[in-house]
Parts: sequence; C-alpha cells; structure tokens
Amino acid sequence: MSRPELQAPPEIYYGDTEAKKYTQNTRNQQIQADMTYRALELLNLTPDQPAFLLDVGCGSGLSGEILGEEGYIWAGVDIAPSMLEVALEREVEGDLFLQDIGQGFGFRPGSFDGVISISVLQWLLNAETSHPTSSPPHRLNRFFTTLHSAMRNPSRAVLQFYPTSDDQIQLITSIAQKAGFGGGVVVDYPNSKKARKVFLCLFVGGGGGQQVPQGLQGEEEDDSKVRFERRRERERAKVKTGKRKNVKDRDWILKKKELYRRRGKEGVPLDSKFTGRKRKPLF
Amino acid sequence: MVRLLTHNLLACHAKDCNTNNFPLQFKDVQLEIREADFNPEFLKGFMPKIDWKALVDTARQLGDTSLPLEQPEMVDDEFLKNLHHILLEIHVEEGSMTCPNCGHVYPISNGIPNMLLAEHEIG
Repeated sequence: MSRPELQAPPEIYYGDTEAKKYTQNTRNQQIQADMTYRALELLNLTPDQPAFLLDVGCGSGLSGEILGEEGYIWAGVDIAPSMLEVALEREVEGDLFLQDIGQGFGFRPGSFDGVISISVLQWLLNAETSHPTSSPPHRLNRFFTTLHSAMRNPSRAVLQFYPTSDDQIQLITSIAQKAGFGGGVVVDYPNSKKARKVFLCLFVGGGGGQQVPQGLQGEEEDDSKVRFERRRERERAKVKTGKRKNVKDRDWILKKKELYRRRGKEGVPLDSKFTGRKRKPLF
Repeated sequence: MVRLLTHNLLACHAKDCNTNNFPLQFKDVQLEIREADFNPEFLKGFMPKIDWKALVDTARQLGDTSLPLEQPEMVDDEFLKNLHHILLEIHVEEGSMTCPNCGHVYPISNGIPNMLLAEHEIG
C-alpha cells in the first residue's frame, strides 16, 4: 500500500475511523512512544526544570501524553479535526489548536522551550492546490520561519519524519537553514530497513557550540518484532517435540464405562481382556 | 482548552497583520474551571515570557481581578497561586477570538480554536 501522505491530505486521511484506528493500534502507540522518548532525549532539556513545549502535529495526543507524564506543560497543533476530537475524548492535558502548520504559527517570539514533532513533516511535501501558497517550498518556508521566531534562544526542535528520498531531506534542511536554524539530520539505525528513523534536529541560537547528536548505531533492538512473538515460537516448538501420551488408554475407557453404568445407561459393553486393545492391521 | 497560558503567547498570523495583532480579544466565551497541579518552578520560569498587561486585561475581561496591575518584583505564594489559577485552570470552551488589527475571527468550539486561514490570508 502506498504511503498515507500520498493518498489524501491529512485532514481528510485522518477522518473519524482512521483517527480511532490510529490511536487504538498498540503497535502505533509503541512506535510513537519510542520516538517521543528519543525526541525528548535529542531535545536535551535541562533536567528537573519544567519546560513549555510545542507538539507539532499532536494528533490524538499519543506523544502529548508522554510529555505530560514527564512533567512538561505543552501545547499541540494539528490539522485533522477528528484526531483532535479523539484527543479531547482521551482528556489530554495540553492546549490544542486546529491549525495548518504550512500556514505558519502566530506565537509570540520566544514562546517555547522546545519543539517536538513525530511523523509530520512528510505531509508538507505534497501540493494540494496550484495556488502559490500551497507549494511545498512555500509552506515549508512559512513553517520554519514562524517556528524559528516562536522558539526561545537557545533551544532545540526535534522533528521526526519519513522522507522518501534524499532530495526531500535536502529540500527540508536547506529551507530550515534559510529560516535561521542550525543543526542537521540524525539517522537512527541507518542500516536497518524497519528501525531506521530520521530526526531533523534543529537549533536556535547557542553560538555554534551545539553539536548535532549521533544517531543510534548497530543492529535494531529486538522490539522491532511483534511483542510475545518469541513466546509463541517457543510454544509451537514444544508441541512438536513433546511426546503426548494417548489420552484414551485402557484406564480411561474403564473409567468411562464405570461412570455410564453408575448413571444407568443401557448397553454399556462388558469389560474383558480385549477392552481398549488396538485392532490388528488388516494387511 | 484554550488557557490564558497559551492565549498570552498567541498573536494573529494572517497575511500582513504584523502590528497591534496581540492580544486576541475573547468574545462570547464560556469558561470552565479545571484544577491542575500547582507547579511553582514552572510559573517562575514562565514569568519572564508573560506579556503582563495583556494577561491582566484578559483576566479582568473574564472576570478575575486577583492580579495586580503591575508585575510585582517579589513573588510570594499567594501571588503564585493566583497566577497558577489564571494561567492554568481557566479553560475557554466556547466563543471566539478576534484580532484587534485585522479583525480576523478565530472561532473556538469544544475548547479548540480554529486557526485555519483562507487562501488569501496566508502570508
């Protein structure tokens, strides 16, 4: 199946049913949570200091929930009303806005101590109409410039997204740089097909002292497998190797017959030395 | 779920609306009070970001007069409690916000403001 961002614009793709499905899928929840924790790690906020964060494309508040648990106060924007409705039902703590990030933000300068965004930027890469303001570079430019001004100096923005090609990464980073951001792309598990994750790690200010963090290397961790898969495999193996005793042996038959007689059932065969014996093969 | 916390950071973002576009004016609002955890550290860290005049004006418009007109230099517990109540516990559920400059109306329904712009308003 093709990528969701190629099928329809986000506010239509995430309609009522898709929004519910997305939120209730435990695998989605797991992936979203992992990426949120990783994004928080990359944000590198001062520990034990409460911060005000922005969740760009907060959706149903899956990552916002984690921000709340970690003790941050947050605001979220999303373009899909159905997703926000689910977020309301789940009673998330942040302030929610129905907003198209490609139209830019209206937040005052220096509002946020950090910005995270999980699986959102790829949605900005498709033009919906031929109007000049809906071309991807224009929307990206508007997004990054207003985002840059809304962030405190110094602070970071960590935006995870799914690029289809290196050209897209190139386009996004160049526009971000023009908007005044420093930083670059962090790729986790670059050699893995499934676990590979691309984070755009942007800095505001900091005087060039900030280094782009290293991506996680090595093999993907085991959690790329579906949970409990190993247990299922083990159980399957047990069934194959173990010799199961035949349940219906002579003792079992005698017990059953005895039971029937006690209950007064008619025509229970007599017990003999042949009871429960196997027939000889005919040939 | 618009709290004054975010309202105090929110300006109009329509095209060519750059001056006098803050704060957005509330209209026909329905309020709801929901208790939140008191976090003095956060409030102290957030104080420098607040546009005090806008906050006091909006709070008075919503019927809360517990804040002083000038931002006090000394903060005590009672002041922080009041600030906490105003910033984090008052939720605007229904109504609208109007830009004082260009007059753009951002409707609020179910606690979510609709910040979408029409095509000709995109900067």
